[in-house]
Amino acid sequence: MTNKDSKGMSRRNFLKSSGLVAGGLVGGSLFGGLLTSQLQKGEKDNTKQVTAEPSFEARTFFSRNEDFDILSAAVERIFPEDSRGSGAIGLGVPYFIDRQLSGDWGRNANDYMHGPFPTIKKTDSYQEENRSNNDVINTSTEVLVPANTPRYQTKMNRGVFFLEGLRAMEQTSKDKFGDRFVKLETEQQDEVLKMFENGEVQFNGVDSADFFSLLRQTTIEGVYADPVYGGNRNMEAWRMKEFPGPRMGFMNDIETEEFLVMEPESLRNYQGHN
Amino acid sequence: MATKLDKVDVVVVGSGWAGGVVSAELSKAGYKIVMLERGKDQKRSDFIGVKDELRYTNRHEMIEKLTNDTITSRVSISDAALPVRLHKEMNVGTALGGGSMHWAGSVYRWRSYDFEIRSKTVERYGESKIPEGMQIRDWGITYDELEPYYAKWELTAGISGEPDPLGDHRSIDYPNPPMLASPAIKLFKESAKNIGLNPYQMASGNMSQTYTNPDGETMNQCMFCAFCTMYGCDFSSKSDPLATVLPTAQKTGNCEIRTDSLVRRVIHENGKATGVMYTDTKTGQEFIQPADVVVLAAFTFSNNRLLMLSEIGEIYNPETRKGTIGRNFTGQFNSTFLGARGFFEDKKFNYYMGAGGLGGALSDYDADIFDHTDLDFIHGGGIELRQYGDAAIKNNFVPKGTPSWGPEFKEKSLHYAYRSLIVWYSAAVMPWWHNYMDLDPTYKDEFGDPLLRITNKITDQDRNIAAFGIEKCAEIMEAMGADIIDKDELPDQFDHTYEGMHYIGGVAMGEDPETSAVNNYLQMWEMENLFVVGGSALPHFSSHHPTPTIGALAYRAAEGIEKFLKEGGMLAEPKKVGY
Repeated sequence: MTNKDSKGMSRRNFLKSSGLVAGGLVGGSLFGGLLTSQLQKGEKDNTKQVTAEPSFEARTFFSRNEDFDILSAAVERIFPEDSRGSGAIGLGVPYFIDRQLSGDWGRNANDYMHGPFPTIKKTDSYQEENRSNNDVINTSTEVLVPANTPRYQTKMNRGVFFLEGLRAMEQTSKDKFGDRFVKLETEQQDEVLKMFENGEVQFNGVDSADFFSLLRQTTIEGVYADPVYGGNRNMEAWRMKEFPGPRMGFMNDIETEEFLVMEPESLRNYQGHN
Repeated sequence: MATKLDKVDVVVVGSGWAGGVVSAELSKAGYKIVMLERGKDQKRSDFIGVKDELRYTNRHEMIEKLTNDTITSRVSISDAALPVRLHKEMNVGTALGGGSMHWAGSVYRWRSYDFEIRSKTVERYGESKIPEGMQIRDWGITYDELEPYYAKWELTAGISGEPDPLGDHRSIDYPNPPMLASPAIKLFKESAKNIGLNPYQMASGNMSQTYTNPDGETMNQCMFCAFCTMYGCDFSSKSDPLATVLPTAQKTGNCEIRTDSLVRRVIHENGKATGVMYTDTKTGQEFIQPADVVVLAAFTFSNNRLLMLSEIGEIYNPETRKGTIGRNFTGQFNSTFLGARGFFEDKKFNYYMGAGGLGGALSDYDADIFDHTDLDFIHGGGIELRQYGDAAIKNNFVPKGTPSWGPEFKEKSLHYAYRSLIVWYSAAVMPWWHNYMDLDPTYKDEFGDPLLRITNKITDQDRNIAAFGIEKCAEIMEAMGADIIDKDELPDQFDHTYEGMHYIGGVAMGEDPETSAVNNYLQMWEMENLFVVGGSALPHFSSHHPTPTIGALAYRAAEGIEKFLKEGGMLAEPKKVGY
């Protein structure tokens, strides 16, 4: 394994090897600044760890402590701390999810959320026969949807969906184990999560498997997204995965046989904010 | 009341490869063009510093928002269609340059077999090889006739590549040499060669060297940064309309581009198009842009829906199998790209590096290159190993049987990061009587206009071709020495996820006005001064990405439009062929 960190390209070599001549881009201040920040950093210590709690870690979506605590416990089971490094809590994932839910994505601002919303009934697989010919849909229409079809057909936006889902997990914990989710043993928490993963819990006309799938995907996103979004704290998940983060390019290394490990850099480095 | 603007020679709807090529050619010839793009204005420098996986790959920054407009989708003509609600479930481009701005850049010409698919299939296997209801036809143009237009587009786009050893005749070499081969691609090619196959380095719209095209537009050499598909290129080293045809059109002084301009109707009277009506999406004001020729060059869905809402042509009816608009819908979906993933215990690949069009490919099981006598499908697929470059959210591949979360998932996903490769078969998709587009009876857009409805069923042809391809991919993966090989599973039925942007047809070209909407210059049979350019013109889906064929046909259409502007009239003779 080679540590490539010391092998920075000089600005001149980069320009030479990239052959950048098109359309005034090199002269452009943004691009010029970007190159400069990328190439002057060679001397800087990129490995310094920020040890203080990031000041932006506060909630702007979750109002109830209880909801946030359930979320934190659940994401930690999905991506737990182990000998390789932090789990979802240590990486800041609950705060990542809080911030995602308070923005466009959490409110489904870019999705088609107009009605009517018919009743969805899941079936095991697609059956051509036995299907009613209901051409025009209204709120009392029942539409059969195969269980393996990931179709978002609820009126709830993701923020509401998360709250409902977390509270359904809490209720399931109480019903099955007689205690709050955060008080359960980890094996019991896993059992509750599996019930959701398998679609064994119903709430508000929604399949719990759809909620679990959203929770799982959002957790992975929080683990591995750029730290600017509040997760992947200090790029620790990128270090665990040996992912170098956004780079100008790898033209000199694309044919290299050996696996190259690099100290990761983030958008903050790439865009030249430090 | 809509404001009526001054008349121009040609109004072009859409600014992707299709609209861009047409506008560049006609404005170079001296015609006055107005190009209308529903999305925002953007320039190449907007993409500097955008290497953000969450924002672009997971939150689809460059994809048309569905807030007010989507499609509805169902499997069978007896189902109720539901809207495709999530932005991530329908990826269609938007903004200046269209979907071509975030394409991967994989470049394949379609094959001589494609353009004469019905007659060549019948000739080799007899009529009975084509199942009842499979609506394949000859396109009304042969590969040899289209070849010069492919060459023209490849020169404009600056394609990097080497010839496919099993490919059709080429009049020119690719303008740039092939991309460098990574160790994973070398392994794929050597292993495939060892088992008697004919691999080569796939051609790409990523530049292998700095290149200036015949119109004087320059693109830079690709740096393999891996932020390519779903991103705009931050080095201007991916060929796209903003780097090529749009500046070419604009520097003539004859092409005015208006962004944020959503075209909602083609205006017509007495069988002639007179212009288009559009809404400025920033102000809400409506305008009428009159023109001598109207060119619809939007995405497949918009081209179809615009014709339907404008009441031009007859919407296809699956019960009677009459009508042409919306007919021959096909597409490549996630379930079209099936293959085998291999996990290697002793090898690690630098898979955080890559480029959209970086890969190895082979055509031994493509089109009609292999004998189908004993096979229960027609056509074939391309086999590829691609090195797009995987960022950290995506790169979570684990062997089958591993839980998708929890301690074991964490351990295995970290262990196998950079230790897995996938070889897939990109199968061709045939048109069927029951797969089509029309207008939805329930769901509407912000103006109260009905949404486009897609009816699309996966057939035995699709399952059989995929099953065949998966086995071939697994054989190659075995030759590559993978320790664990996971074969993809066949889909039960269509999952209504419209990822990949490869949906075509509905305004398909052909020889017979009974079954085709446009002739081989993409001129409407029913309205001679209306040309419908883009993926909507393709009668079936071949085994590879459609962009070069869309580009070639756009050059052909531009030639036809110029001829029409000079001489008028129908540019091709209709024939009665009955399919």
